[in-house]
Amino acid sequence: MKKLLILGAGTAGTMMLNKLDKKLDKKEWEITIIDKDDTHYYQPGFLFIPFGIYKPKDVVKSRKEFFPAGTHFIIDEVDKINGDDNKVILKSGEVLTYDVLIVATGTTPVPSETEGLMGPLWYKDIFDFYTFEGASLLAKKLENWKGGKLVINLAETTIKCPVAPLEFAFLADAYFTEKGIRDKVEINYVTPLSGAFTKPIATKMLSQLMEKKNIHVVPDFYLEHVDNDLKKIVSYDGMEVEFDLLVSIPTNMGADMVANSNMSDEDDLNFIPTNKETLQHKQHENIFVIGDATNLPTSKAGSVTHFEGEILIENILSFINGKPLEAKFDGHANCFIETGFGKAALIDFNYTTEPLPGQFPIPVLGPMGLLKETRINHMGKLAFKWIYWHMLLTGKSLPVSTNMSMTGKKAPKKEENKEKEEPQQEEVLL
Amino acid sequence: MDTLTINKSAIKVNEEGYFTDPSQWNEDIAVEMAKQQNIDLSEKHFEVLHFLRNKYAEEVPLTIRKVGKSGIVDIKEFYKLFPGGPLKISSKIAGIPKPVSCV
Ligand SMILES: Cc1cc2nc3c(=O)[nH]c(=O)nc-3n(C[C@H](O)[C@H](O)[C@H](O)COP(=O)(O)OP(=O)(O)OC[C@H]3O[C@@H](n4cnc5c(N)ncnc54)[C@H](O)[C@@H]3O)c2cc1C
Repeated sequence: MKKLLILGAGTAGTMMLNKLDKKLDKKEWEITIIDKDDTHYYQPGFLFIPFGIYKPKDVVKSRKEFFPAGTHFIIDEVDKINGDDNKVILKSGEVLTYDVLIVATGTTPVPSETEGLMGPLWYKDIFDFYTFEGASLLAKKLENWKGGKLVINLAETTIKCPVAPLEFAFLADAYFTEKGIRDKVEINYVTPLSGAFTKPIATKMLSQLMEKKNIHVVPDFYLEHVDNDLKKIVSYDGMEVEFDLLVSIPTNMGADMVANSNMSDEDDLNFIPTNKETLQHKQHENIFVIGDATNLPTSKAGSVTHFEGEILIENILSFINGKPLEAKFDGHANCFIETGFGKAALIDFNYTTEPLPGQFPIPVLGPMGLLKETRINHMGKLAFKWIYWHMLLTGKSLPVSTNMSMTGKKAPKKEENKEKEEPQQEEVLL
Repeated sequence: MDTLTINKSAIKVNEEGYFTDPSQWNEDIAVEMAKQQNIDLSEKHFEVLHFLRNKYAEEVPLTIRKVGKSGIVDIKEFYKLFPGGPLKISSKIAGIPKPVSCV
């Protein structure tokens, strides 16, 4: 029997398990999946928990519920991959061998990377919402909070779901308005980026929205430490922002086992160097990487994971059959941006095309506005939960093309289009 | 596209003043570019500039954190060498495009 091993049973691992289960010959292949526990969180739901829109129990299910019958599931933590010997070493000491390995160990916030973030105020006046615990505790805090300076801060530029902090700001504005205390809350959005977002056209639109909602953006702020005594965040060049309540998006890092396996990228964030088109590991041809665990220059998001899955299944089958890896991932990402008061915006982009305005065709729900706030986009955002549990995790195809399409998009006018004329600029910076 | 004349060579730059052709760069040009930012280039500055250019050539995405892990400077020193926006300013002086984070 040949062995295919999947590390991590989150979005990407579970989805690949379901896809492979349908495609691989069981007489020839044994598939095993490993995770630390049996709890699957719907992470996009973490955004809604602090505002009481979802209850904590709405986002938790058993991982096993989404596995095909007869799945070999090991509950243990991966300690290390030994790529030269085709071995995976678990914390319990067990050693597994593989013919093909899929790494889908994702990324998690690591607040201990920043001095003072986990100081005396942690989970008292400083919260994260990227974890189940953080989001749930923040919900309790907000219930009784009387107002003051709310600071939303991104510690690093590479984070999963890069729009989630913006959505948090928009939802906070709506939440306090509906509570009748918006005038008592000052919202500051403090980011290491030069603006509200990364790419120019989306940044322009989102900045206008921030201004309209009276959310103050502090750009180019690279967090050095949190001062718990004076309740302020301090940047490397000495800028300071005071807070009463700090909502932090801590440094996001890949799994420790990536560092143990000597696979980390050179900025030590534990993201795995991966071929951005084929999803093959850069050193070992029988290792493939998918989801937030990669170092691909696109968003770390569930939608991206889905598009990658469509490519990866083809490439793994080609690899197993000794054929060249022909399917190529284009970096496609598709993200709803919840903007509060029952509306949302939508962005769709890939490695080379930045988010553009226009229309996004979707069957049934039908055309969604790109870079526009609409009610139908909000419905799309809420529908994503159902799609996630019932289609994405189970490895079904979604009615959205895998490669990004220009249909409905309005390309920028000539002068806004300068980046296009200088392709080397976009290429590298990704 | 604009042109910038430094030491009599015509450098092609974009509207923000970043080189569009990194091969036009040399150390003398860097010294002149740095002067415009009120920076006197030391050996440390040059080590950083060469690090950036090498990573750029290898298509490695650049971040402040990465420079901080380069073994040349830590993040605080990087800010001291290129005050304001260290990565943006140093990339301009290093003759490479402006680093933007991915979405
Ligand atoms: C607040 C928030 C909002 C979001 N909103 C959206 C959204 O609106 N739309 C969208 O598309 N995406 C959204 N995302 C992102 C999305 O949830 C992730 O991109 C997606 O889950 C990535 O899937 P993954 O399989 O790579 O990682 P994960 O789903 O995180 O799975 C990784 C798995 O690996 C396991 N693991 C890690 N290390 C080890 C180890 N050493 N041993 C064993 N197991 C290990 C973990 O336990 C985990 O189960 C959001 C995320 C957050 C946090």
